[in-house]
Amino acid sequence: MAVPPDSVGIIQPQQFRWDAPFALQCGETLAKFELVYETYGSLNAERSNAILVCHALSGHHHAAGYHDAADPKPGWWDACIGPGKPIDTRQFFVVSLNNLGGCHGSTGPLSDNPATGKPYGPDFPMVTVSDWVRSQTLLADHLGIECFAAVIGGSLGGMQAMRWAIDQPERLRAALLIACTAKLSAQNIAFNEIARQAITSDPQFHDGHYRSMGVNPDLGLMLARMVGHVTYLSDDGMRSKFGRELKSGDLNRGRDVEFQVESYLHHQGRSFSSQFDANSYLLMTRALDYFDPARDYDDNLVKALSAAQCRFLVISFTSDWRFSVAHSKEIVNSLVEARRNVASAIIESEHGHDSFLLPIPRYFDVLKAYLNRLTEEARDAG
Amino acid sequence: MRADLAIIAELVAPGARVLDLGCGTGDLLEHLQTDKQVNGYGLEIDPDNITACLEKGVNVIEQNLDEGLDNFPDDSFDMVVMTETLQSVRNPNQTLDEMLRIGRECVVTFPNFGNWRCRAQLSILGRMPVAQHLPHSWYDTPNIHLCTFNDFERLCSEKSLRIIERFVSDANHVNRPLMNRFPNFFGTYAFYRLGRPHAREDAV
Repeated sequence: MAVPPDSVGIIQPQQFRWDAPFALQCGETLAKFELVYETYGSLNAERSNAILVCHALSGHHHAAGYHDAADPKPGWWDACIGPGKPIDTRQFFVVSLNNLGGCHGSTGPLSDNPATGKPYGPDFPMVTVSDWVRSQTLLADHLGIECFAAVIGGSLGGMQAMRWAIDQPERLRAALLIACTAKLSAQNIAFNEIARQAITSDPQFHDGHYRSMGVNPDLGLMLARMVGHVTYLSDDGMRSKFGRELKSGDLNRGRDVEFQVESYLHHQGRSFSSQFDANSYLLMTRALDYFDPARDYDDNLVKALSAAQCRFLVISFTSDWRFSVAHSKEIVNSLVEARRNVASAIIESEHGHDSFLLPIPRYFDVLKAYLNRLTEEARDAG
Repeated sequence: MRADLAIIAELVAPGARVLDLGCGTGDLLEHLQTDKQVNGYGLEIDPDNITACLEKGVNVIEQNLDEGLDNFPDDSFDMVVMTETLQSVRNPNQTLDEMLRIGRECVVTFPNFGNWRCRAQLSILGRMPVAQHLPHSWYDTPNIHLCTFNDFERLCSEKSLRIIERFVSDANHVNRPLMNRFPNFFGTYAFYRLGRPHAREDAV
């Protein structure tokens, strides 16, 4: 397969090693860790054109391009990152990593615990969005990036961008919060808990020690992903994508019926269970649930965001019911009250929370316009 | 910059907080941000206008004025501006109240339906006026609450709003002598700078 001309091309993942103790928010310390990351485009002489892309719940470092010429699929945000795309790699140096606790090459439950010589498994300590941000600053140091032109993320990625703005105000000029929230609602947490229960109640889970037993809680992971997936789509989106089309069977006789939407969810669930580690998934959903930057500031989001110095762009999608437009409005209102520079756009879309991954024309126009402006500012900052 | 925007820019103190309702392509806010270090925000719903604002680095927030402004606390801005938008909001009366709740002062500009051209078209031709400052046909106009300067001033007086300043101009935003004598007949646009009613000011 030929690599398309607007792709960043064949990409080689890289490894960052941190060989000193790294204290986590939960009180535990990692003796050392590694992060797998990719970069696209080139860092300018002034080191002022770097963009950090933070991934969402099930994402990873491979955001754009292909790993080899036979790779059937590009990275998860290839539509958005590349020459001439909204995050234009002719202008920006893009960094994308797999977060700590992940299962795509960064230190996580699958990695060996140096204390025991065996994989961490369920004993991998709890990580928070703050921990991720601190580990990302170490990667930035390693790459010689003092200040990012922007930190960008959708969903859980947007929460990292928000945390960057609050915790590291000197180290970014813009934060792009896409389909994001300042904290999860009870409903959000409830869905995450259903997903976790699906995994932990799978007989193959073995309290998280499934690897040493040579098994995997496939069924639990599959169910978790199916529940998650329903919350990422919208009623309208599912209606137009699947309707009540049958994959197989006969509704009149009521036998062997499988609707298209069932088949789709089974496929999503199955492919996820073969790619994602259950302990990692539990860890990531916990990080989502606990995210609440206002908590450190008397439960006052305005106060929390007052610590930020950068400018913000907040994007939401009309049919997103996981982190709805109202969640983004709360962030925008708090930023206005905190007297921070903020712009916002509400994108018409029927694709629910997943919209942030899709090349919706107006969404990309907004990103392009905003990032073009940042290009000019990066030049001035240099 | 449009002449009326230049006048507004003159009024705003350096470093002030400004909210621009229906900020269009963000020209006023861009000017205020760069030349007066103003902490300004603009509300807009048109996607193209929003994109234009983003390209300028203007703080544009996608929000429909007709859905209310209750997300902005009392006294949170020094100046609330609304240029050529009053006539297209669903409830101008309430919007004015909201503007003076959020800001101590506000500036409103709008086209004059009492301008002699409008009067002539309606009285002589018997047709809904279409003019340089009101270019839409009756069936596709966004202007659902047109008024004359007199109408507007009557509303202000009913609400006991203080008219701090008024500036009347032609279609090119230039003031001409005759307009000052007969504003409601010769004026095309008016610019009003309004303050809260005295009673309310005391209560604050």
